[in-house]
Amino acid sequence: MSKSQKSLLLYAFILIAGIAAPYVFPNYVTQIAMLWLMILFALTWDIMGGQMGYNSLGNIIFFGVGMYASAIVQIGLYYDVAEYTSHAGAVKVDFSFYQYFLGMGLGAIFAVVTGVITALILGRLLFGLRGPYFAIGTLGAAIAAGEMVGTWDYVGGGGGISMPTFPGSGDERSLFFYFLLFGLAASTFVFLRWLYSRQFSLAVNAIRDDEDKAEAMGLHTLRHKLVAWSIAAVFLSLSGAVFGNMIGFVEPLEVAFPTLTFGIFMVLMALLGGKGTLWGPVIGAVVFHVIKELTWSYFLGWQWVALGMLIIINVVYFQQGILGWAQEKWPHWFGQTVDQSMTREEGEAGK
Amino acid sequence: MMDNLALLGMAPVLNIQLLLDGLLIGAVFVLSAYGLALVWGVMNVKNLAQGDYVMMGGYIAVVLSQNGIHPILGLPVAIVIMFGFGWIMYPLVIRRVIGKDLFTSLLATFGIAIVVQQLLNIVFGPEVLIAESGFETRSYLDDGVTIADIKLVSLVLVILLAIAVVLFMKKSRMGQAIRATSQNARAARIMGINTDRVYAFTYALNASICGASGVLISMIWVIQPYFGITYSVRAFVIVTAAGLGNLPGVIATGLGLGVLEQFGGFILGAEYQQAIVVGLLLLVLGVRQIQQMRSRQVVQ
Repeated sequence: MSKSQKSLLLYAFILIAGIAAPYVFPNYVTQIAMLWLMILFALTWDIMGGQMGYNSLGNIIFFGVGMYASAIVQIGLYYDVAEYTSHAGAVKVDFSFYQYFLGMGLGAIFAVVTGVITALILGRLLFGLRGPYFAIGTLGAAIAAGEMVGTWDYVGGGGGISMPTFPGSGDERSLFFYFLLFGLAASTFVFLRWLYSRQFSLAVNAIRDDEDKAEAMGLHTLRHKLVAWSIAAVFLSLSGAVFGNMIGFVEPLEVAFPTLTFGIFMVLMALLGGKGTLWGPVIGAVVFHVIKELTWSYFLGWQWVALGMLIIINVVYFQQGILGWAQEKWPHWFGQTVDQSMTREEGEAGK
Repeated sequence: MMDNLALLGMAPVLNIQLLLDGLLIGAVFVLSAYGLALVWGVMNVKNLAQGDYVMMGGYIAVVLSQNGIHPILGLPVAIVIMFGFGWIMYPLVIRRVIGKDLFTSLLATFGIAIVVQQLLNIVFGPEVLIAESGFETRSYLDDGVTIADIKLVSLVLVILLAIAVVLFMKKSRMGQAIRATSQNARAARIMGINTDRVYAFTYALNASICGASGVLISMIWVIQPYFGITYSVRAFVIVTAAGLGNLPGVIATGLGLGVLEQFGGFILGAEYQQAIVVGLLLLVLGVRQIQQMRSRQVVQ
């Protein structure tokens, strides 16, 4: 069997596993759906952090922006948002089948548009910063975004918005959102796989290796950086729109802009798996999610300590990540299991 | 918001109150910012756990005061304990991130920050605590301005601490070694300085400076496990605005930040206080960027 056949088999297996999972483990649909979301997080973080060397701690902004943008459209189409969010409780909140899905579709489109605009504006402001300054600047922007939305009364301020209720049974609902997130994560992966095989990835890697040199070679670095961030923003804001509906309640600090949870998780997952690779973030997300779910259920109260320890151990002692470590250990064995175009990719990243 | 502005215009004494409060609190910010600048300048490690060390110092004072010991006596205790803590953290974490890429130290110390914050939360609970100093609050200027005595005492202590640190850096052998290492670590090593020890000492010194400022904060303000991150952000704002190795700049920015926060909190409302600090950080970074743009020739 040739290598491309093997990788095709792998993808087919993942596809079948992804489709079958909610039927095989009906009790864990939400957890597995979260796994796909985590994979999406890690993949989109790695566009900037791994491939381009811009370690953003604020990518969660796009998640929250998408969530709020979609919430405003979904509700604003049929009701006055300010009245809806006010805690008067007198507003009728009924969404027909048609209203719900039309609103969700339009909301997703609006979420992407707002997400990209946010990325372009923020990028102009922040891309002059390098290294740790960029990380701190994006962290500050993410915290500020949460605080600002929290004081915006139109969208309910710190009280948040209840999303429209799903027109269907609870099982249908969780399956619907499961497949939305699965599809989203899968299309993110496929898109990035295509993107990393293009010239764009070389340009972005050049920015990571030496930005000044890349610029001197005639590369329009700012444009590449903006495009890279916008791509991350597209998928993140879409996932935000879906996640808001899945949770059913949008709130600034814990759900929409969870800088210190999801915002840090995405960095950690990409690092854990091996940044700057295509598969690294995926593996990292799977390992991280499993560890997280286990510690959350068995070390109640200590889960955050465990998480902090994981960050320290990962960053300090295990910096190359799972994939980087495996590649060092068994380069030959590794090259056989993974698709050819990707091993070339990782060879470059591992330098 | 406008009402509050008008109120400030009508009652000038209120301005003085806010100004004094801001200066007194800003003085405490200066301490942790100086510690950050020290570690950053000497070993190029950006310590995001800064604020959590401050909280640790605060909890030491609270524990002492709950056991009937005056929290001011917590100052030397916190300095010693935090020095030891920093000394232990150095070989465990910090030594391994020196010289790695810049993001690594940020993330590793962020990990320390989470662990410390969560352990404090487990041990002491999420309640807001204060170390009772038992000092009075007096009125000045015909009852227009009220200042707690403890704030004045703290100001004196901050000044003494700052003088002690500066003298230490200038006069002592270790201080000289630290400065030599920060100028050129390789040359320092050739001259027979054990730079590893210098790094360990610097990190421990930073932790004890933070602990000392935490003791003061626990007396003049409140402490809570999750407040640490805001002190880290403040320290970063001050250091990025003032620049490394610029002690007068750090002092001026720290005091300025304290005053700005008080006025901003009064005018916009207390819930904006954190947003003000973060907004200021973004502003500083933005201004820096514009400055860089001017000095950098863009080839595009």
